[in-house]
Amino acid sequence: MKHIYFDNNSTTRLHPDVLEEMLPYLRDTYGNASSIHWFGQEARRGMDRAREQVANLIGASSDEIVFTSGGTEADNQALIGIADAVGKPGSRIITTAVEHQAVMNSCRFLEKKGLSVTYLSVDSQGRIDLGTLADSIGDDVILISIMLANNEVGTVQPVREAAELAKSKGILFHTDAVQAVGRIPVDVRELGVDLLSLSGHKFHGPKGCGALFVRSGIPGPVLIHGGHHERRRRAGTENVAAIAGLGRACSIAAARLEDSSFFVGSLRDRLEKGITERVSGIKVNTCREHRLPNTLNVSFEGVDGQLLAMNLDLVGIAVSTGSACQSDTREPSYVLLAMGCSVGQATGCLRFSLSADNTGEEIDRVIDVLPDLVEGLRR
Amino acid sequence: MTAPGKRIVAAMSGGVDSSVAAGLLLEQGFEVVGVTLQLQACDESGGGRSCCGTDSIAQARAAAGRLGIHHYVIDCRQEFEKTVLLPSWEEYSRGRTPNPCVICNERVKFGMLFDHAVALGAYKLATGHYARVGMRKNGAPFLRRGADHRKDQSYFLFSIRPEALSGVVFPIGEFTKDAVRSLAQHLGLPNADRRESQDACFAAKETGYPEGLRRRLHKTTAPGPLVDEEGRLLGMHKGIHQFTVGQRRGLGVALGSPAWVKSIDPWIAAVVLTTREQALSARGLRASGVRWIGFVPRFRRLRCSIKVRYNQAPAPATVEPGEEATAKVWFDRPLRAVTPGQAVVFFHGDRVLGGGWIERSER
Repeated sequence: MKHIYFDNNSTTRLHPDVLEEMLPYLRDTYGNASSIHWFGQEARRGMDRAREQVANLIGASSDEIVFTSGGTEADNQALIGIADAVGKPGSRIITTAVEHQAVMNSCRFLEKKGLSVTYLSVDSQGRIDLGTLADSIGDDVILISIMLANNEVGTVQPVREAAELAKSKGILFHTDAVQAVGRIPVDVRELGVDLLSLSGHKFHGPKGCGALFVRSGIPGPVLIHGGHHERRRRAGTENVAAIAGLGRACSIAAARLEDSSFFVGSLRDRLEKGITERVSGIKVNTCREHRLPNTLNVSFEGVDGQLLAMNLDLVGIAVSTGSACQSDTREPSYVLLAMGCSVGQATGCLRFSLSADNTGEEIDRVIDVLPDLVEGLRR
Repeated sequence: MTAPGKRIVAAMSGGVDSSVAAGLLLEQGFEVVGVTLQLQACDESGGGRSCCGTDSIAQARAAAGRLGIHHYVIDCRQEFEKTVLLPSWEEYSRGRTPNPCVICNERVKFGMLFDHAVALGAYKLATGHYARVGMRKNGAPFLRRGADHRKDQSYFLFSIRPEALSGVVFPIGEFTKDAVRSLAQHLGLPNADRRESQDACFAAKETGYPEGLRRRLHKTTAPGPLVDEEGRLLGMHKGIHQFTVGQRRGLGVALGSPAWVKSIDPWIAAVVLTTREQALSARGLRASGVRWIGFVPRFRRLRCSIKVRYNQAPAPATVEPGEEATAKVWFDRPLRAVTPGQAVVFFHGDRVLGGGWIERSER
């Protein structure tokens, strides 16, 4: 059976060049990047190069990049670290109701520690309202965290405008850009953000490696305490091979961002058109104007999304029903519920997330098999 | 077995029996899809590595990986609590001793999972039960005991719905446990030597099942009296759920000679103890919720053999079907500890004729 992979928001295929980049650090150049000898220097050079590559992709300078174990750690570091650095009892954080669990549960954790959190609601397209954000800002707010692109529906938030608002009030601004970096142009200066999380495996880098951008001049958030690594901003011996891989993935993404973004977008549109034409009783969950090019979230009326995903898997098509980080429960997606979907729509959905590895043939195969599977489950 | 190439969903608990069942079907040429039910969260089990639900899931996943088949975990935690655990607790709180495995087979494995199998495009659901399905001349399926009578699990299956019976296969029903173990070796299954997965769905080693259930569901119970057959007070107990008819250990009183639970009166939460073992004997029972597999009883009396608990050799008896799915059952020889809440199952040779729920014993 030929396998088709449409779950790139969960993770992506490691790019062969990225693997090549990583291998020397797993074989011969195994030094600790903090060591003074040749082994350590080689490792350090690899990290320096990677830091440059990551910074280049997002328009930062390399000393603003802190390597982490991934997007979740970067989000935790931003929220918990900033709360620790500048928060007081009664301080408040503003975020949205559709954040990834990494942000959501960091906020819940901080609520338990005595901070308060405002969760901004979203409209039916998954976008926050800037007026509401402006109204909810007060003197007690220390941080605003708004995701750049949503992992389940692909909606892109007005981060630049929100960050501008935060800046005018002197409030720090973080964005979880895990699903956006490597897929759409992301420039930290243009966005005006103070902190930004990214993750390598969402754009063909290795798992277990990500980065937090921390604008120079702001109080550095620290989550993991220990040695002097990452200029004391993230302790622990660096995962040099993964970091080198992340760097390479960033440079590959930077080189082909425009082309692949356009190509993936055309595949997604073809898929959306095909499903809309061939399957009745569906609803596309996203924002028409502001969305990732690779994501398509569709609710199928009267169908259990999990069963549909399993049926697709049995014919070799890999999709998910939403966030892989909560696929072990049958709870309806809180993102879709926040967008005003019914419980049926929120449990009857599929998320197709593409990459430039996909082909038009694969799209046509899905459009071919999907209508019968949906009808079968409706009977 | 029918045409290969068709899809079969195999319920995989992680134990050797269901893993071998899946493997046998695969060897016969079926497209096998493994499904494991998640019945509880890890922290809800009684603790200990091997009785944790997620450990069983990992075992099932490993077996599916070895066989090279698709494998899915279906979250049934809510359904399991609603349709198995809560009704079981209701039975305990009424002084009866439920049989959660029968209820689970009826509502979860051959209920919800069966529907899932159909939705996954399967033409049959397979499980690792020691039972068999026979076919009558008119094509109607009937349930048969497993060939290995010591392992036979047909007792737990008497109440599964008719359409499930015609859509189910029991690949290991013709084998002995020893044969299944060597088949596991032959199939290269990683869990060939693993212990049985029986209590995997809800283990409570430290407290015992009923007390574990009470804590899990956050229920309260009332204390009550322990009395002898003449009604004399012998002591107090903490809740009738911890007693079952015929029980000898853990009674909480010392009478100087062996004592057993004779009966439980839920109205006053009284547990009646006896020191005469023969007082536990019953000549018959009344059953409710009686169902017959594949036929309508047109007789007034039926000679057959019966089981009133899983671990019992079938015993000869006469069954008199009554109104509204009831029946009276008269044993040829008295049986010990006939327990309200347990199932009574009727057999003719290896064929399972039907069964029901024990309401009370007849002395």
